[in-house]
Amino acid sequence: MEQTRQQSIRSLGIDIGSTTVKIALMEGDRVLYERYERHYSQARQKILELLTELDGIAGDSLLRAAVSGSAGIGLAEAANLPFQQEVFVVGELVRAMEPDTRVVVELGGEDAKIIFFDGGMDERMNGSCAGGTGAFIDQMATLLDVDVAELDRLSLQSTRIYPIASRCGVFAKTDIQPLLNQGARKEDVAMSIFQAIVNQTIAGLAQGRKIEGKVLFLGGPLYYCQGLRIRFRETLKLSDENAIFPEWGRFAVARGAAMYAARTEETFTLSALKERLATAKVASGAQTLPPLFENEAEYKQFAARHARASVPRGDLESYRGGAYLGIDCGSTTTKLALVSENKELLYTYYASNNGDPVDIVRRELGEIYRRTDGRVRILGSAVTGYGEELIRHAFHVDIGIVETIAHFTAARHFCPDVDFILDIGGQDIKCFRIRNGAIDGIMLNEACSSGCGSFIETFARSMNMGVAEFARKGLFAHAPVNLGSRCTVFMNSSVKQAQRDGATVEDISAGLSVSVVKNAVYKVIRAGSADELGQNVVVQGGTFHNDAILRAFERELGRDVVRPDIAGLMGAYGAALCAMRLKESTILSPQELAAFSHTSRPAVCKGCENHCKLTINTFADGGKYVSGNRCERGAGRGAAAEELPNLYKFKREALLKMGGGEAKRGRIGLPLALGMYELLPLWAGIFRALGFEVVLSGMSDRATYEAGQFSIPSDTACYPAKIMHGHVAHLLEKGVDAVFYPCLTQNFDEGGADNHFNCPVVAYYSELLRGNMPELTDENFLYPHLDICDEKTLASGLGAALGKRFGPIPGREMRAAVRKGMADYQAYMASVRAEGERALAWAREHGKRVMVLAGRPYHIDAEIGHGIDQLATSLGFVVASEDSVYHLAKTPAVHVLNQWTYHARLYRAAAFVATQPDVEFVQLVSFGCGVDAITTDEARSILERAGKYYTQIKIDEIANLGAVKIRLRSLLGALEMK
Amino acid sequence: MQKTYQPFTAEMKAAGYTILIPNMLPTHFRLLIRIFEHYGYNMELLTSSGPEISETGLKYVHNDTCYPAILVIGQFIHAIQSGKYDPHKVALMLFQTGGGCRASNYISLLRKALEKAGYGYVPVISFSFAGIEKHSGFKLSIPMIYRMLYAVIYGDLLMSLVNQVRPYEVNKGESEELAERWTIRLTDELVQKHGAQGRRAQRNIAMILMDFARIRRRDEKRLKVGVVGEIYVKYSPLGNNNLEEFLLGEGAEVVIPGLLDFCMYSVYSVSRPRRFSMRWFLSHFNGLAYRLLRSKQDMLIRLMREEGTFDPPTPFDHTVSLTKGVIGLGVKMGEGWLLTAEMLELYEKGVHNIVCTQPFGCLPNHICGKGMMKPIKDIHPDINIVAIDYDAGATRVNQVNRLKLMLANARLNERNATDAQSA
Repeated sequence: MEQTRQQSIRSLGIDIGSTTVKIALMEGDRVLYERYERHYSQARQKILELLTELDGIAGDSLLRAAVSGSAGIGLAEAANLPFQQEVFVVGELVRAMEPDTRVVVELGGEDAKIIFFDGGMDERMNGSCAGGTGAFIDQMATLLDVDVAELDRLSLQSTRIYPIASRCGVFAKTDIQPLLNQGARKEDVAMSIFQAIVNQTIAGLAQGRKIEGKVLFLGGPLYYCQGLRIRFRETLKLSDENAIFPEWGRFAVARGAAMYAARTEETFTLSALKERLATAKVASGAQTLPPLFENEAEYKQFAARHARASVPRGDLESYRGGAYLGIDCGSTTTKLALVSENKELLYTYYASNNGDPVDIVRRELGEIYRRTDGRVRILGSAVTGYGEELIRHAFHVDIGIVETIAHFTAARHFCPDVDFILDIGGQDIKCFRIRNGAIDGIMLNEACSSGCGSFIETFARSMNMGVAEFARKGLFAHAPVNLGSRCTVFMNSSVKQAQRDGATVEDISAGLSVSVVKNAVYKVIRAGSADELGQNVVVQGGTFHNDAILRAFERELGRDVVRPDIAGLMGAYGAALCAMRLKESTILSPQELAAFSHTSRPAVCKGCENHCKLTINTFADGGKYVSGNRCERGAGRGAAAEELPNLYKFKREALLKMGGGEAKRGRIGLPLALGMYELLPLWAGIFRALGFEVVLSGMSDRATYEAGQFSIPSDTACYPAKIMHGHVAHLLEKGVDAVFYPCLTQNFDEGGADNHFNCPVVAYYSELLRGNMPELTDENFLYPHLDICDEKTLASGLGAALGKRFGPIPGREMRAAVRKGMADYQAYMASVRAEGERALAWAREHGKRVMVLAGRPYHIDAEIGHGIDQLATSLGFVVASEDSVYHLAKTPAVHVLNQWTYHARLYRAAAFVATQPDVEFVQLVSFGCGVDAITTDEARSILERAGKYYTQIKIDEIANLGAVKIRLRSLLGALEMK
Repeated sequence: MQKTYQPFTAEMKAAGYTILIPNMLPTHFRLLIRIFEHYGYNMELLTSSGPEISETGLKYVHNDTCYPAILVIGQFIHAIQSGKYDPHKVALMLFQTGGGCRASNYISLLRKALEKAGYGYVPVISFSFAGIEKHSGFKLSIPMIYRMLYAVIYGDLLMSLVNQVRPYEVNKGESEELAERWTIRLTDELVQKHGAQGRRAQRNIAMILMDFARIRRRDEKRLKVGVVGEIYVKYSPLGNNNLEEFLLGEGAEVVIPGLLDFCMYSVYSVSRPRRFSMRWFLSHFNGLAYRLLRSKQDMLIRLMREEGTFDPPTPFDHTVSLTKGVIGLGVKMGEGWLLTAEMLELYEKGVHNIVCTQPFGCLPNHICGKGMMKPIKDIHPDINIVAIDYDAGATRVNQVNRLKLMLANARLNERNATDAQSA
């Protein structure tokens, strides 16, 4: 009797996710009612609404209830309701309902989860840095100016997939934006976004386990997005029977919670439950900041001060004469400025480019022609920004100008003795220090710190608000929340947490403004005090139209700054000013514009092993513009006119020749990644001398990474390490007897430094490989811990390790082989240094600039370095590597413990560049390289002390070189102005 | 080659400079401080917490630097800026281990941060047994180091006993009170003339054990959760968002390996460098130090076994042997192979649920923490490990949610195990 009464009690599962709430009312295994709704950060209210809908079904009967979901923890605690973790309840549910399931993949608003059921259940969630989830899809849809449903529809018409970094939302954005600006089809971009999510899920969560057998796909995004389903099924190579997308996928957590509720004690009537939820007091853990403005009067004073910085306007309707057009085709917005011969503004345009900048420029140019009706003649035109090349080709714009120069030109016009310019745009933060009328230092934000304008915009939209309205709300917030100064993904979850803690929209808006500013000041500028910025600071970029941000910046700096009233148009205005040196313009005439049309199609370049994915834009007049190419060859211009010396290429070619030899003792595989790029001559020399055939894994490409991504246990490790998995897998496929990658705590001691370590990842990655790649055994993978600093110790250590696998090797033979290897290594390094000197001499003889592209030995890899060396030569630089010039300078004094061999070279290379007027220093930094958090500041200070520019390029899986090109061109632009 | 730094001079010591040290392990550090004071140093342990700490850190340290550096440096600068100390009469002390990890650079980063904040003149003392730096006002002597060794042993013992008793005590707070009383007593005793004598320590340990055994405990079974990881976030509540308190609140007994293990790991040497090389001599010193530490650990284990109520630490040689076939003993950066060994050791002790803590992007932990989870699971399929990243930007909700998943699975495993037993 007792039993049956209990069973008839219904159970309610409430799933409070980061973006949606779900409820499921169940009776035993039967579902009576289910709902799924977005909560727009008002989770509690939404639940109460949904529960009210249950009135008719539940009536006054008793029910059990449980809460689940990441956003439900606080509420469940406060309301004293049973809570269970969401992955756990799904695991339980699936075990009960679909017992033959092998794997569950569940994507939620902010979390991604995988459950493996075989061989010891294993439940995993993404770490803190992973954006491949629902919130990420929302963000990407906003970027494409469509809703999620439309994004999905578009994806189904795709014909190709672009590589998009899948590490996190910010990175993906840096890939997508240039694709859009260069004319890639939205359909293809949409599908590529889904593929990025799939890659993220696999690389981040599979961690060495294969996703196979019957796989259940759950969660909102996988329910709504057909494109995402297709990508998962194809990438995982699942049959239709094994890839299950259940109808109830969205409700899995809610149902699981209901199932959990059935086992709890307490019962409620629906009204009692609602009452408890409605009255629960959630403790607020949010930290607050002082308000931006105390009162209206203070704000008025502030507004009046800034209104003084304005540009004279002219009247487009009456003006007659010549004019200059500036176009700034930025990452998310397109801006136009038409300037009279007296530098008056005649016409401006500023709006989101909605992923199709060409159309906007066509429309606006047409508008100008229509409204001026022949009275105004365009004498010159210039374009700047991400879409510079595309727009220039499409409309025959006279000149292209690198952004930094355009912005500087405009700022100087405003404030001739400007010391510092800070520009926060949609996607970028750019800062320039000005000394003696020239750009003295450029700082750009890295991909992982871009809490910029577009973030606020996306966020405003998610709150169903325009960005201007959202910003206004922040001005008079009483208690802005402290959201920290981390990257977008982190900020997103901080915002969510603040909302859970009961922060208002006003407080969040103000808090976000403060965060954007802190991000710029502490992460990009890296300023300790206002004095480092100088007296006259000009701020610009569309983001600064937001008074809250402007105020927060002045507060943080403790100093008034100048914000021109055309803050968002400064790029376009600057471009127009630059165009004023022209007399006659080639820009499309009204007639030509009327006939204008534009199509784009994808293609793959077959010019070299890079196989760049190209987008070919064709215009009505037959003109073409090709983008996506790393070098000039892809642009349809044939081979580059002259091959400039390139040490990266030299090293690549030299290393790739080191395989071969006779397989008397066996075939040994050397994975060409991480430290092998440095020590290959040593190991290849030793193995060949011992009678091994040396088999190299070759250069990496994207496929190398994908081949090994299943077994990566730590997603936040650097790309050069993660790609190692693919190299090892590739060698095993080639059928070598053993793969060799030793553990080396220390590298060679090159003198002058405090120590000569390898970084922990280079030193011990084999230990990780051995533990995580299931195909590795003690037979086929040799990774002895060796000491290469001493020949005898090395010979005995290596001899012992090889002896175990290939039979004893006589000590004398071993020592001779080590001597041979050492000699080969020394010879190789000497050849690199000689080539470095030759390149320098060649550059001087031919009047070329030299770039020391300073990274680690493995940055020469085609995939890891993304062909940046080729890009540099195409811009006219002779490229030297850090290890080809470091011998030309002594170790400089540094503020840190100089204890890593590779980095000691970096400091020396920087010290060398510091003494050379015609040599520039560009540092390559891999995302996730903890060591570089230390070295970059040092390298910068070595160069800046000598009055040289420091340029940093952060690389990860990012495949698009748009941002890198802007960086390098900025450097060129600054050099030319000096 | 490093730039010159402001050393801590003998004059500064004589002038009574206040030496600030960051908090990591409250009991241990209080004992250590008392020893320093005995040798004429004016010490103060920083116990500040709150969001201002990491904010100050983020302001003066490169934001991609590891979280412990941001917190420790933030705490120092925050303290100096607080106005509580005369910046011209204050010095800072940091522990420096050396090795290929970024952590060896904390001291340089601290100096750079001080420079940036306008306190470039504040001396920073490097505390390291390897003698990485020289400070005329700061010297370690053998008796001093010996006393410190006992501070570590007492600290470990008290920490372990509190962890073992606290979840079960009938009178809330009793175990912590007792630990506090002993801490006071031991701090006084350690600096006395024969305070650091083996026989005396044996007597003390026996009495401590007896005292703790007398605390009334409820006879119930609780979930045991082990905590391993990067040393700072593993121990420091500031670094790990009060992890220990959270786990206790969830009804778990927390098991944390002691600091002595880390000391032994630091001197444990496997390589046999070429005879008469510099490193060969060093390895002899290390061997000596290791044998000394081992003998102290042996003593502790023996006494705990004799008393019989509490779980003693695992003999270090055994801990070392657990790594066989999993990770090489050459992995010596950061916590290195010890981290892996501790997870295996916990499992062996019956602690199958483990939180592996690390700062976001911790380089050594890619290898010896996250990288070793799969091989460990291959050996022990029922081990339940969760990796938690700590960072200035990571939200607590995110961490709590993952911890809750681990706990839910832990409870399920336990239920299944009991069901299996009763069946």
